Amino acid sequence: MRKVLQPILAVALGLALGLGVTRIAGESPWHVLQILWKSAFGSSYDFGMTLFYTTPLIFTGLAVAVPFQAGLFNIGAEGQLTLGALAAAAVGALWPMLPWPVAPVLATVAAILAGTVWGAIPGWLRARRGSHEVINTIMLNFIAAGLASYVTLYLLKNPDSQNPETRAIGAGYLIHQFGVFGGAPVSLALPLAIVAAVLVWILLWRTVLGYEMRAVGQSEPAARAAGINSGRVRIIAMAVAGGLAGLVGVGEVLGNAGKFRLGFSPEYGFIGIAVALLGRNQPVGVVASALLFGALHKGAADLDLETEHVTRELSLVLQALIILSVSAEGLWSWMKKRGEA
Amino acid sequence: MAANTTAAVELRGLTKHFGSVEANAGVNLRVEPGTIHGVIGENGAGKSTAMKMLYGIFPPDAGEILVNGKPCAWSSPADAIAAGIGMVHQHFMLAGPYSALDNILLGAEPRRWGIMIDRKRARAQLEALASRYGLAVNWDEPIESLPVGVQQRIEILKLLYRDAQILILDEPTAVLTPQETNDLFRNLKKLRDEGKTILLITHKLKEVMSFTDQVTVFRAGKVTGELSTAETNPQELANLMVGRKVVLNIDVPLARPREEKAIEVTNLCLAGVVAGSRHKLTEISFSVKCGEIVGIAGVEGNGQSEVLQAILHPRDPRCRTSGSVKFMGEDVTAYETLRIRDLGVAVIPEDRQQEGLLLERPVSENFLLGLQRSPAFSHAGFLNSASLQKAATQAVEEYDVRPRDLTLPAGKLSGGNQQKLIVAREFQRKPRVLIAAQPTRGVDVGAIEFIHNRIVRARDEGAGVLLVSFELDDILTLSDRILVMYEGRIVAEFSRDEVTERELGLKMAGS
Repeated sequence: MRKVLQPILAVALGLALGLGVTRIAGESPWHVLQILWKSAFGSSYDFGMTLFYTTPLIFTGLAVAVPFQAGLFNIGAEGQLTLGALAAAAVGALWPMLPWPVAPVLATVAAILAGTVWGAIPGWLRARRGSHEVINTIMLNFIAAGLASYVTLYLLKNPDSQNPETRAIGAGYLIHQFGVFGGAPVSLALPLAIVAAVLVWILLWRTVLGYEMRAVGQSEPAARAAGINSGRVRIIAMAVAGGLAGLVGVGEVLGNAGKFRLGFSPEYGFIGIAVALLGRNQPVGVVASALLFGALHKGAADLDLETEHVTRELSLVLQALIILSVSAEGLWSWMKKRGEA
Repeated sequence: MAANTTAAVELRGLTKHFGSVEANAGVNLRVEPGTIHGVIGENGAGKSTAMKMLYGIFPPDAGEILVNGKPCAWSSPADAIAAGIGMVHQHFMLAGPYSALDNILLGAEPRRWGIMIDRKRARAQLEALASRYGLAVNWDEPIESLPVGVQQRIEILKLLYRDAQILILDEPTAVLTPQETNDLFRNLKKLRDEGKTILLITHKLKEVMSFTDQVTVFRAGKVTGELSTAETNPQELANLMVGRKVVLNIDVPLARPREEKAIEVTNLCLAGVVAGSRHKLTEISFSVKCGEIVGIAGVEGNGQSEVLQAILHPRDPRCRTSGSVKFMGEDVTAYETLRIRDLGVAVIPEDRQQEGLLLERPVSENFLLGLQRSPAFSHAGFLNSASLQKAATQAVEEYDVRPRDLTLPAGKLSGGNQQKLIVAREFQRKPRVLIAAQPTRGVDVGAIEFIHNRIVRARDEGAGVLLVSFELDDILTLSDRILVMYEGRIVAEFSRDEVTERELGLKMAGS
């Protein structure tokens, strides 16, 4: 019970604090909250955009949660999703004539593979060379960004555009968009994300590999004594994470833009850390908190227009305050004590 | 016990709750001045809780603490120290690179001109103290290079330097050789004769019988006995601790082993330094036959852990640099740990909480650890949770793991029950080889009896058992043959029926 209640209270507390701040800026917190709500859920289009932002956050949230269960901190989802999207776009640009459904399946596999490789590298470095995954994933983010710039600007540049983006992928690659969202690009990527969450749940709680991951995450000495090859388990956890992050490319490239655009991600990879943290590294929690952060991201977008003094960066403030309140362990044990007394 | 004398320490109706757990329920305890008073009980019986309240670590919910007849309300250990109470913790509170002298002064430095430490004056004071109580110490040596027995002496000097009249010692002999133990108690007796009052927390009945004047027994948060040591015996104490009749000394007949070798280790070496020796392990060779128990005796840190790591992780260069290992006649030197364990090698690991359990995970998942790939519990990579539940339910029943709750995190079990859970899991393998390291460490009397019986039963069913323990009682009760390790070598081998505790102790000390 506490496991569910605590994140919800944290969200409420974070929102309350964040909206309180807007009062100092001279806006009515109630007014700001109304704008946030209306902009995130006010129309089918708004709701569609919320879901559009939610989709990549489910993938990146899972990409942080899986390694976390194995005792690893994946800061590299941003790089992994960049390369996943780039790979999908590259396949689509290089073989534009491929027909549906072969084309999107191939592009999806390419996205998964690219992310997997990018995730497995820091996994391998940790397992075999002992160098810390936090440092390595951060550095690989920069390398991925550089690599994406190079490929986009020098190898696959779209000759018809001033923007830094690749050539368009073939028409056979585009995946179904749901019509009910007033034109918001909600594609098959959303059900794919839900399926991914279910598969991750099965992996973690129903398979031997998932059990071994959690054992390594709980106590490496105990896992080692039990004969679990913790290095191998960690490489796999990071590779799975990379693959999940790579799937962000499906929604973006095949379901939305039809090409790779440099800087398309508003740091989904980093928001994914917050998503996983708030979702307690559980697939169900990740889906729920991805929806929350997706709604915040969409909701805040209208603040620039609708208020005098508050800008869309409020969503970052709210995110931060929610994370602070969810991680304030001292606060929760204090409340628990008060509850018992 | 004359009631008109003032007690050095008196606890009246002390009660303490942690959440819903009643750690102390109306504890009464009276310690006469100038005595050595044993405080015994199983893990979780509440003896440490009571002592921590006496030492001011946390306050009681109800009840009174009287020191020399005066009621006290500590808000921190500093108050208790000021009132003349000192405590030597089980894990010493020493700063390794500092000299013995500086460790003693730390926090109570005599000053010169307000800012300089007056070491000269301190040294003179300490030398007077040391010679008065016969506690010889080399003042200038860094603490970390001194033997554990001497470190403990320094902890005691620290208390005396702060003018403690009442000394609390928490499991002081856990890390000592038999000789060091004897030295310690000789010193404690001298302190007592000089008028100090000593509270000795222990679970070793032998120590209580030989060295205390009075003894208080705890069980389940209550005092179940207050006895004069001269008028009691170990059996009575054990029964009071456990609350039922305990078989204290199981008499294990020597084994008749088969010729087949369960474990065979040849010239095992590990580079690196342990306890002054150039190698962590130097040419370790021994074998364990099927149906016999071989015990490795030794003071902690003389290479016993390294031997276990080397034979269980022979591929890991941090565990083994040369030499070979065979289990059941099969050379496993190049095997991964999993493959070794699958030969039927059961392990009760040295550090139960670190290596044996996933403390935050439920009992059922802990029961699965290491067995997750066995066909009984998984199929094609998927766990079979129904068969796990069934086997785990059966096992906690058979091995009497309490409470019988498979969803409880393992960390919430008592030490004895954690160990029984590990034993239950490992015996699930139908072991042909059993490696038991510190099987009774921090385990209460009732569980010790149980674990000893299980180990002997495994032997009688034909398993080869390698037993590593710092408790000579374990070694002398169970082993058919005894190896002694000192500074990374095997320095002696005895048959159980031809060795005395004194002989073992001398070999353990390297002489």
